[in-house]
Amino acid sequence: MRQTRFARNIWLGIENLLLHKLRSFLTMLGVVFGVGSVVAMLSVGEGASKEALEQIRKLGSNNIIVSSVKSAEEEALSTTHSHMSIYGLLYEDHRRIAESFSHVKQTAPAKIMRKDSRLGEKEMELRVVGTIPQWFELVPREVVAGRVLLPLDVAQKTPVAILTEYGARKILATESTIGQTIRIGGDQFEVIGIVKSESGQAQAGNIQIQIPDQEVDVYIPMEVARRYFGDIFTKRTSSGDEREKVELHQIIVEVDEGDKVEAVAAGIKRMMEQFHKKKDYAVSVPLALRKQAEATKRRFNIVLGSIAGISLLVGGIGIMNIMLASVTERTREIGIRRAIGAKRRQIVYQFLIETTVLSTTGGIIGLGVGALIPFLITYFSGMITVMTWKGILLPLSISVTIGILFGLYPAMHAAKVEPIVALRHE
Amino acid sequence: MIERACSQEGKEIVKLEDAQKIYQMGTQEVKALAGVTVSFKRGSFWAIMGPSGSGKSTMMNILGCLDRLSSGRYYLEGQDVSTLDDDSLSELRLRHLGFIFQSFNLIPQLTVQRNIELPLYYLGWDSVQSAQRAKEIAEEVGLGDRLGHRPTELSGGQMQRVAIGRALANDPQILFADEPTGNLDTTTGEQILELLVKLNKQGKTIIIVTHESTIADHARNKLHMLDGRIDRIEGNSNEAN
Ligand SMILES: Nc1ncnc2c1ncn2[C@@H]1O[C@H](COP(=O)(O)OP(=O)(O)OP(=O)(O)O)[C@@H](O)[C@H]1O
Ligand SMILES: [Mg+2]
Repeated sequence: MRQTRFARNIWLGIENLLLHKLRSFLTMLGVVFGVGSVVAMLSVGEGASKEALEQIRKLGSNNIIVSSVKSAEEEALSTTHSHMSIYGLLYEDHRRIAESFSHVKQTAPAKIMRKDSRLGEKEMELRVVGTIPQWFELVPREVVAGRVLLPLDVAQKTPVAILTEYGARKILATESTIGQTIRIGGDQFEVIGIVKSESGQAQAGNIQIQIPDQEVDVYIPMEVARRYFGDIFTKRTSSGDEREKVELHQIIVEVDEGDKVEAVAAGIKRMMEQFHKKKDYAVSVPLALRKQAEATKRRFNIVLGSIAGISLLVGGIGIMNIMLASVTERTREIGIRRAIGAKRRQIVYQFLIETTVLSTTGGIIGLGVGALIPFLITYFSGMITVMTWKGILLPLSISVTIGILFGLYPAMHAAKVEPIVALRHE
Repeated sequence: MIERACSQEGKEIVKLEDAQKIYQMGTQEVKALAGVTVSFKRGSFWAIMGPSGSGKSTMMNILGCLDRLSSGRYYLEGQDVSTLDDDSLSELRLRHLGFIFQSFNLIPQLTVQRNIELPLYYLGWDSVQSAQRAKEIAEEVGLGDRLGHRPTELSGGQMQRVAIGRALANDPQILFADEPTGNLDTTTGEQILELLVKLNKQGKTIIIVTHESTIADHARNKLHMLDGRIDRIEGNSNEAN
């Protein structure tokens, strides 16, 4: 019974607001934009967090990625004929990193090169990654068929290869290819497995981190790569052959505890500075993406939060203003209701319901507008936005609160109306 | 609340004792009621008359619990209401009193039905019951076919009938009417008065204010006011009812 009476009161409020449709609509605009901003703010923030988490998952949340970088001056020199660039990570760096830090759980070095490969009739260039079994723990990807590297492969230095699912499709390999031979460079390898792959760059703010694997990779044991292909690579370019000597292209380091990642990364940087005269390496920390995402989130929160705050304040005052005018306009009605026997608090209640219906309707429209803004942001900036229940319920409850807060004064004002004074009012 | 000894005054429904209403106008005091002592019996029909400014409306507002005395006492059904708070007065108006005004005072955006239902809404009736009651009452005041209309679509006489209907919805013991025919032509006024006479016959106590003696003639008692005081009482005396 109570419930239906409440519903009826709300309906009466709606009816009164519908008497002045345009006025009611204009009055609620402030709340519409305020709530819209809140919705947008929350969904952009949520999206930034989610995107960062997703990227960190691809990169490994407790990983540090150390990679070789060809410095600018080396780049300039390499165009001169018959010059050989020597740079990047050393086998020695890997050993030192693996042994010097108590919080380093495991490491995976990688030697990366491009080789023409051939499976049956199909020929294409693959990115060859010479690595060790730990790679598949630090860059965990679903195994589609067969198996990944095992310590046995390392010990026996067997020429085995693991394709990526995407690469396999390109080179026309299937599950039945497992056990068959693939030619990489000039050498024969046995295909033992197919894994899924990620690719591309993780990015947040000004931080960019290359995801360790690529779509078309082939993984072979590190020792085999060293023995078959050596440390010197020849790249064919338009200006002639470029020769490079790089021992390791990447070292992925897993730290045992999340909050030790930064300390270990700092340690690695210090160590690298000590042993490398040139800055021919880079240390990336995926976890930093999260910080960056938090910063992005904060920036958006400040901008949209201010817009929301101002809109809601202005919206609230607008509602208050219109309700005060409405109270004056309806003084006689209030007087009639009081003369019939309405108590002051029932008048308060009536006007509070009206303002709350007004602001809540504004809030609901604002939800729609607010859902549109993240959509546009995603469309134009590619930023991921996520709507959550919290992102819907919070703005809605804000709009209800605005109604009650700013409706209270006009409602009390209405309740002060003395019946006989009101009835004389023309 | 002082409960009056009802045994000897059992039939008095309304009683004023040295009732004063004083308005402060700057330095000047206006005594709208300058000490009125009067009582009306249950089931009586009174017309209050007198020149403009003599305090008729002031007295009606006091009797209808819309306003308070400056001094003196007002007993409604033996209960001293001069000391009641705002909520209790609202409650009294809601449950026991009905009011009819010269300018009808209907709520323009509400239909006839919803206007009549208004007291029932505040009494907490559910919508089905109040709709039923509004229909009965509309028929009683001769507006059975106008329930869905808005006040602006009605004639003056019809509007006043709606107002009477609304005043009757809570089945009040007393009906107050301050110049109910003031905005109506003679014939319509007569019809409204006939309706009030009918209600009086059904047992309701009715107190009206009027300037017109033809209207006042419908009442069995007349009270003439002058300068905030009772000038004379005409027709049946206090004891007559
Ligand atoms: N709110 C008020 N403030 C000041 N004076 C008032 C107020 N209300 C009434 N009065 C004064 O009280 C006196 C009585 O007024 P009241 O309205 O009761 O007269 P009335 O008999 O109803 O007159 P009418 O026949 O014109 O309606 C008048 O002198 C009036 O000016
Ligand atoms: Mg008057």
